[in-house]
Parts: sequence; structure tokens; C-alpha cells
Amino acid sequence: MSVELGHFALVLAFALALVQAVVPLVGAKLNHDKLMAVGGPVALTSCALVAISFAVLVSAYVQSDFSVANVWENSHSAKPLIYKISGTWGNHEGSMLLWVLILVLFGSLVALFGRNLPASLRANVLSVQGLVAAAFLLFILATSNPFARLVPAPIEGQDLNPILQDVGLAIHPPLLYLGYVGFSISFSFAVAALIDGRIDAAWARWVRPWTLVAWIFLTGGIAMGSYWAYYELGWGGFWFWDPVENASFLPWLSGTALLHSAIVMEKRSALKIWTVLLSILTFSLSLLGTFLVRSGVLTSVHAFATDPARGVFILMLLILFIGGALALFALRAGTLAPGGLFQPISREGALVVNNLLLTTAAATVLIGTLYPLALEAVTGEKVSVGPPFFNLTFLPLIFPLMMLVPFGPLLAWKRGDIWAVSQHLFAAFTIALGCGAAVLLFMDRATLAAALGIALGFWLIFGAVTDIALKAGLPKAGFGTALQRLWKLPRSIKGTALAHAGLGVMALGLVSVTTLEIERIVVLKPGETVEVGDYRLRLDGIQPFTGPNFTEDQARFRLFASDGTARGTVVSAKRFYAVRGVPTTEAGIRTLGLSQLYVSIGEVTEDGGLVVRAWWKPWVTLIWLGALVMMIGGTLSLLDRRLRVGAPMPRRKARLVVE
Amino acid sequence: MTRKQKRLSVIGAGMAFLALAAGLTFYALGQQTSYFYMPADLLAKKLGDDERIRLGGLVQDGSVVRNEGAETRFAVSDSENAINVVYTGILPDLFRENQGVVTEGRFRADGVFVADTVLAKHDETYMPREVADRLKEQGVWQEEEGN
Repeated sequence: MSVELGHFALVLAFALALVQAVVPLVGAKLNHDKLMAVGGPVALTSCALVAISFAVLVSAYVQSDFSVANVWENSHSAKPLIYKISGTWGNHEGSMLLWVLILVLFGSLVALFGRNLPASLRANVLSVQGLVAAAFLLFILATSNPFARLVPAPIEGQDLNPILQDVGLAIHPPLLYLGYVGFSISFSFAVAALIDGRIDAAWARWVRPWTLVAWIFLTGGIAMGSYWAYYELGWGGFWFWDPVENASFLPWLSGTALLHSAIVMEKRSALKIWTVLLSILTFSLSLLGTFLVRSGVLTSVHAFATDPARGVFILMLLILFIGGALALFALRAGTLAPGGLFQPISREGALVVNNLLLTTAAATVLIGTLYPLALEAVTGEKVSVGPPFFNLTFLPLIFPLMMLVPFGPLLAWKRGDIWAVSQHLFAAFTIALGCGAAVLLFMDRATLAAALGIALGFWLIFGAVTDIALKAGLPKAGFGTALQRLWKLPRSIKGTALAHAGLGVMALGLVSVTTLEIERIVVLKPGETVEVGDYRLRLDGIQPFTGPNFTEDQARFRLFASDGTARGTVVSAKRFYAVRGVPTTEAGIRTLGLSQLYVSIGEVTEDGGLVVRAWWKPWVTLIWLGALVMMIGGTLSLLDRRLRVGAPMPRRKARLVVE
Repeated sequence: MTRKQKRLSVIGAGMAFLALAAGLTFYALGQQTSYFYMPADLLAKKLGDDERIRLGGLVQDGSVVRNEGAETRFAVSDSENAINVVYTGILPDLFRENQGVVTEGRFRADGVFVADTVLAKHDETYMPREVADRLKEQGVWQEEEGN
């Protein structure tokens, strides 16, 4: 019964979303207050209905109700509770339901907190949100019903794909979707502004914090996915330039550009048209990502739910939303009033360069992702575009951007003094070069590329330190006063510095692990050792172990430092999930400072040896710590009091959104 | 600068970046896409020395030999032709005889393909799409049950 209730709630939510899409829009057109006011309550009700529907599905999973086809396909009664719950979105139908839940949640947040937005803007925004929600609800109801019943009900389920039974993947999709779908707010605001034909201050004050919220979640989602692939797939890589990874990286790139252009718009009311276009493009890339992942057009190591029929449906939605929004943009962009003037060398100018580099980089990633599809459609020839392509195209665009990052926050608005800024940054530059030189001198395996890359990372970090130090009044004010002032600096300034430093931290991790990593592939018998970097790894033996829904062979290693002192054990395993008949590799990872020792095992050879692949990964944790620092920076910026002045969010609620 | 000059300079800079990106992209596509081949394609085609490619097909039945150490030899076939591959390292969990694989690497002078990457996907019914499509074309592939 309750499962039908969930289905029914979803159908009702679809009907309400249609109402939300039409009534406020008509109301705004006719300037009819009562019609415009319909949007809010309808958005909230529709959100409640989708939430009920989602809760019903979760409870079907928790109760292992195998009369529901979706539960039967993706769950098993012996599965740990957390994976029963996360199994809800570990499959196509459930994850689309989560997608829509987050969409209507964002819509209802606009309804709740948008009371002091201009009424017609609010009505149009809710209307666009309603249209997107209606389209995706229809998609679920028509092609991906998660509530379909099975008669007769099987006694046992088919289990969740073992590789998805992991805490990382339990939280990865919700985080990623909060990012993906969060950009729908800036999209709706952009389309609403185009319908209205005007953009006011309230527009920018709203769009920026919400873009920031989406960006923080997307950063977290991508980092989480990268760390999951790193430890779960057992191949020791953190980024593959896989189409599915690119699908989430594309909106991140354009979202980062949007975040920066929205600053210009808020502070200087320039770059209006560009910001509106970026808002449309960013959510379009989110939709494109959903299409690429969900449609099965891509060959990917990650795509786990594919169906061409769904692909066609999502493609239609893509054409409707991207095409519609861009057509509207072409028609109406000219009516938006132009904004403030600025010199090429200024904060605005720096942010324009940032935007140009980020969007061109996004364009190259987009081409690399779609080119194989297009070529195959046109000539039938199959190519795979892999890391070499992106190293050649993406990196040359991103390195200059990273070189320029420390300059941006130090340049004045309107007319900047590049010479003065260079002088301020001289110390940071020297220290960074010194760090690079130290790497080159004291590390045995360091190449010039490694040294330069590490110098670049430190350049970003010390550039951020310089920014904060100058704004706190150093060197004039003296250290004590500066420390006091530092505390009182606006959070957005500290947030910017942290986010930029986080990028530097991430760069350090990326460069050092790609250039200085050591890999050993050997065959070990119990008692034998292998040297990896400064450590020695001894295979103690292989033991069987039984988990809740799997069995595994655990290879236990003992780790020794170069001076012979024991540094604990590392356990790497071959796991076997009997229900699906699938083996997985569980990497043994030991974190030593910022670096990690990573061990994965292969098969036992005929003479009793074990194939062992061990890596020394120097500073690898910085990749994800850097992402975390960026997220903290973003959050700090979001909590800035000055942003809240115009943003119609009471303090308590603002914090709620961040969590 | 007037508004018009400003707009022109921004557009100019944008064009310059796009040209740069386009240049890089075309260069990279010319140089660095690793092309996908099945064994039959390779017999028909002359490859340049040291050209990095992807080789896909089925792991030939009975061809997998684990050598001394971590080296594995196997043959990738499209049911008519087969190419010998050597790979050092840990094979993916789902690497089995008669399963589809995509390997990436270069040919050695003696005609053996030295793979540095063997790709598999995290699904037991997985067949790399390129491989599945090509086997279908040749009529060898039978549609499997399941997802």
C-alpha cells in the first residue's frame, strides 16, 4: 500500500509542478498579485510530496520490500543498514528521485526565503523552477518509475553492486546533486531576469550566495568521488579524465567562473549579460552531465545505469531547456542595461581573464568529452580521448590561470596598479621559487617539472597569505595590530584567501603525486619484503575473513621504516560478493603524515606467491585536503555579514543552508 | 576607454583565448587521441612506431598465461584474429577468459602488444561498448540477459 502512496505522491507533485510552472508566470505577466502568490505554497507542497515519495522508497529499501522491482534489483536483506539506505540512490531510478527531491527543495527555499525579492522576479523564478521540476518528474514517471511492483514478490534481492557498497558512495551522489541541482537556482534567476527584461541589485545578491552554495557542494562531491575511485577501484588513481568525471567537472569549471563574474556584477554592476549567460551555461552543463551519465551514450568505467530510451527523453529535456534559455537570451540580452566601466588592469579585468581561461578550459574539456561521440556519429570511427589530450589542452590553460590567481584579490576595482601589486607579491614569489629549488636540491627523484609545479602550489598559498597580510595592514600597522585586524577582516576576504590557498594545497598534492610517486609491482611469498620509497613492506600471510555479505582473502603486511622500526600493519584484500558473484579489490592504505602507502593485491601465482602492487604516494592527501580548504573558504565567504545585508536570509536559516 | 573600446577589447581577448584553445585542441586531437582498434583492424593497418593505441576484443579462451613474477600474457581476439598481449601488474577483478577487455599500450618490435593499462568496468555483465558494437557488426556477439 505505502509504495503506491509514494507513486501517487509523485504524480501529485508533477501536477503541482505544472501549476507552479504556469500560474506565477501568467501572474507576473498580468501583474496580478494573487496569481503570483500561488507559486510559494505550491512549491512547498510539491516539495513535501516528493519528500514523502522519497521517504516511501527509502523505507521500502530499509524493510527489504522485494515486491518493489527497484528494491529487488538493488538490495539484499543481508546488506548493512547504511547500504540499504544508500542503495536507494545507488541506482538510476532512485538517484533521479533524489535529483528531483533536491531540485524541489531548492525551489521551496526560494519560496521560503525569497519574501523580499521583487514579486515578479520571485514569481518568474518559481515558475522556471516548477517547469524544470515538472519535466524531470515526468521523466521519472514515464521512463524510470522506482515504484514498479513485482508479482509475485521474490524472497531475496539481487544486492547492490558491491563497488557501490561504500560510505564514500553513500554520500557522494547527494553531495554531487546538491551541487549540480543547486545551479538550477542561478539558471532560474537568469531566465526570470530575461523574461522580465531587467536585472536589479537583488538579482546579484541572490544569485551569488546560491551559486556559492552549489559550488561548495559540487567541490565536495567531486573530491569525494575522486577519493572513492582512489581507494575503492584499487588502481591508485584519483582522476581519470573519464567522461563521467568530466560531466561533473564541466559545471564546476563554469560554476567557478560564474562565482567570480557574479562578484563583479554585485560590486560593480558590470558583466551583467555575461553573468546571465554563464548562469544558463552552468546549469546546462549540469543537465548535460545528467544526460551523459544517465543515457548510456558514453563508455565509462563509472556509468552504472544506462538505457537509450531514457537518453532520448533527457536529450529532449536538454534541447528544451538549453535551447529555450539560449534563445530567450539571444532575444532579450540586449534589453539588459549595461553596467560600470573599468580599465583592463583592474580587479574586474583580472576576473574577466579568470572567466576567459575557465570557460575556455571548460570548452576544451567539453570537446574532449564529446568529440568521440560526434566522430562516431559522423564517420563511425571510434576513438578514445584520454589523459594525454587533457594534459595537452587543459593544463596549458589552467597553469597561467593559477599563476594569475594571487594578483586578482590585490588589484583595485576599476583601475589597478599592476606594478605595486607585483612588488607586494615579490616575497611570495621568492619563497615559492625557494620551495621549488629546495625540492630540486633535496629530493632525489625531483625533476624540473616537479619543482616548478610545487613552486606553483606554494605561490598560490603564499599569494593568499600576502593578500590577507596586506588587508590586515602589514607591514605598516605592525604585527600585533595586524593580528587584531585579521580577526575582524570581513569573512568574504578570508574566504577568498582560503579558497585560493586551497587551490594551491591541491596543486601541491597533484604535482607531487604525479611526479614523485613510486610504484613497485612484485610477487611476494609470506615473509618476503619489498621496498617502496623510504619504507619496507613485509607480507605476513593471507587469511580468510567473512563479512556481513562477502568473504575475503586478507593479505596482511607489516610496514617498517628505513631504520627498521615497525610502523604498523597494512591490510589489503580480495573480496568476493557471493550474491552477485563479483570480486572486488580492497586497497590497503596507510597514511603517513600527508603521504600514503597504497597496496593492492592480485592473484596468487602457481608457486604460492602473491602479486603485489605497492605505491608510495607523497603528499597525496593534499589533493582532497585542498578541496576541503576550498570548501571551508567558500562557506566562510557565504557566512559573510555583508553578503547577508542584501540577501534576504535570516542568520539562523543561512547557516541551515550551509549545513 | 569608452564602452565600445572596452567591449571590443574584451571580445578581442575572448577570441584570442578561443583561438589558443582551438589550436591546442586540434594539435592534441592530432597527436594524442589514442585510437581504438580491434585485432582485424590492426592486420589491415600499418601503425607507426611507438604509436599508442587502445586494443579491444575478447580475452581468447585458454590464452591466459601467468609468467614469472607479475607478468601475464594473453591474447585479445575478435574471434577470427588474435593479438598477443603482455601486461605487468594486477589485472582488473573482472578480467576473465572470454570477457571483453580494452587494453592500452604500444607494439613491441616483435609484434607483441605491451599493455600498460587493462580496463574493466565495475559490473559483472560489462562488455566495453566499443567491443560490443564491433562484435555485433561481425555477428559474433550474442545479446546477454540482464542489464
